[in-house]
Amino acid sequence: MSLWEYANPRRFMALTAKVQPWCWAVAVLLCAVGLGWGVLATPEDFRMGHSVKIIYVHVPTAFIAINAWFMMLVTSLIWLIRRHHVSALAARAAAPVGLVMTAIALATGAIWGKPMWGTYWAWDPRLTSFLILFLFYLGYVALWQAIENPDAAADLTSILCLVGSVFAVISRYAAQFWNQGLHQGASLSLDAEENISDVFWIPLVITLAGFVFLFVALVLMRTRTEIRRRRLHAITLRERTA
Amino acid sequence: MEWGVSDLACRRGEALVLRGVSFRVPDGRAVAIRGPNGVGKTTLLRTLAGLAAPVAGSIDAPDEAFAYGAHADALKDQLTVAENLSFWAAIFGTGADAVSRAVQAFGLAPLLRRRAADLSAGQRRRTGLARMMLTGRPIWLLDEPTVSLDAENVARFADAVRAHLAEGGSAAIATHIDLGLDADPLNLGAFAAAAPTRADDPFAEAIE
Amino acid sequence: MIALVARDLRLAIRAGGGFGLGLGFFLIFVTLTALGVGPTEAVLAPLAPGALWLGALLACLLSLDRIFALDREDGSLDALLTAPLPPEAVAVSKALAHWITTGLPLTVAAPVLAPLLFLPPSALPWLIAALAVGTPALSAIGTFGAALTVGLRRGSLLLSLIVLPMYVPTLVFGADCVRRAAQGLDPTLPLVLTAALTLGAIALLPFATAAALRVNLR
Repeated sequence: MSLWEYANPRRFMALTAKVQPWCWAVAVLLCAVGLGWGVLATPEDFRMGHSVKIIYVHVPTAFIAINAWFMMLVTSLIWLIRRHHVSALAARAAAPVGLVMTAIALATGAIWGKPMWGTYWAWDPRLTSFLILFLFYLGYVALWQAIENPDAAADLTSILCLVGSVFAVISRYAAQFWNQGLHQGASLSLDAEENISDVFWIPLVITLAGFVFLFVALVLMRTRTEIRRRRLHAITLRERTA
Repeated sequence: MEWGVSDLACRRGEALVLRGVSFRVPDGRAVAIRGPNGVGKTTLLRTLAGLAAPVAGSIDAPDEAFAYGAHADALKDQLTVAENLSFWAAIFGTGADAVSRAVQAFGLAPLLRRRAADLSAGQRRRTGLARMMLTGRPIWLLDEPTVSLDAENVARFADAVRAHLAEGGSAAIATHIDLGLDADPLNLGAFAAAAPTRADDPFAEAIE
Repeated sequence: MIALVARDLRLAIRAGGGFGLGLGFFLIFVTLTALGVGPTEAVLAPLAPGALWLGALLACLLSLDRIFALDREDGSLDALLTAPLPPEAVAVSKALAHWITTGLPLTVAAPVLAPLLFLPPSALPWLIAALAVGTPALSAIGTFGAALTVGLRRGSLLLSLIVLPMYVPTLVFGADCVRRAAQGLDPTLPLVLTAALTLGAIALLPFATAAALRVNLR
């Protein structure tokens, strides 16, 4: 029995019915611990003060925003190559989650930006890349909604996801090329661990794991909804044609 | 050339309309596809033409063997009849003599310099049908070819098809009227699809 | 392929406005930019590279939704996709015809309109070069977007939403090339990057365009 058998809607529904509550439980637990610890139990940063605590929302949402698109790319490829319906529906289910995560990452970034740089918005390459990613999500979601035939919609959005991924990556480098200056250094980013002391780091990792589970739970829930919608659609289609 | 399909299932939009379609057409024969509106005549022709993938079954002829004449005539209003025809001849790689034969067969000579926008519905139809001859392909798929043709031009069309068959070609014609052609009837009503099964659509399991 | 390009060009001329509309739009855009931000050279000159590129980009966008929609309505697209021509060749021909009717005239017209925005004369050759090298990418990307949305009734708004984010890199590099030239810096790097984008788009996007066309005609 191979992994692909779970691409059968019925098996997927049966499996996820069991897995989903656990995902939610772990997500809520980790988020509660991570956010509680991070917001209430960490000291104030000597440079940033209280405002540093927004990283417990900002960093995980940004992380999910990028990786949700990556997941959509993988599921789109699986749909195009192996024609597993659940895969296409999972991509469709993940897109609005990614869209909202990108929006939250942008909003928290702006809120954090005010005390840090004295402005809500700067055309920093990283922010610009996220704004462009947001636009790609918008186009992708809009295309799904515009096409009535579900299989054609799955095909076309998968092609868009593939091509869009390439352009999103190029846009990221274009944004860096476009505005190399006025960056406040790596203190914002995850890869500069030396800038973040362990006190902040551990709760951040817990929150990050919590958001990953939250994302998985949300995508599972939305995929299940999409499968039910397709089943309902199959029934109404028959009512109409019978 | 002889061709046929076996156990073909076709989809229109999302709905499965035909299942188990099988027939063979020998050299120089035409098949008249019949059935009430909505039975899937256009769907079958589009599937044969390669514009839609069959849900199941196989077509025993290469895609390049088919020439598809749809409801729409594929004419550009701003171009003259001659320009329209020579464009399609260029696309299908047939030469100027194919154009002159097609013009001859459908009596288009007086219309050659007229813009397609100024043609009547019947004249458009004739130009659209002449396009079939420009493809140089052995199997013509024609969807209601005689719509808006008068009696004289229906006869012209039947002559053109007969000449095509005499050259060893073949045709599948969806039509409601009798063209006076010696065509094998194929009643699509016999192949109407019941509800889709799980093999066609994994979400149809909800129906079972 | 040549026959298809020739037909599309002939249609653009006969139908009127194939060449003219985009250019007219470009002129209006430049005029409105000046009216919107003020008449002085101090304000307009720094804006000129970006504004000229933006105008060209939007003018390109205008005619995208017609690339496949008209052929679909009259049945030509069905006939083209059953023809010996592979769909990839249809995609390339359509993009080429679109570029000749929009990108090329815009490139030629840009140096005439550039003085209206006080672009320094030294930057003019670079403006022409950047547009000549960059606008084919706009046509190729736009053709892909048009193929994705060809079956949709209200496709044009969606088309902009899909295509414009993909125009970002070309706009960034193309406008930066002209800006550097205007400031007296070396503009070759962004020009080369623009060219690289165009080559990549022309080489790869026709396959995606053809795949989308096949899905949409099903």
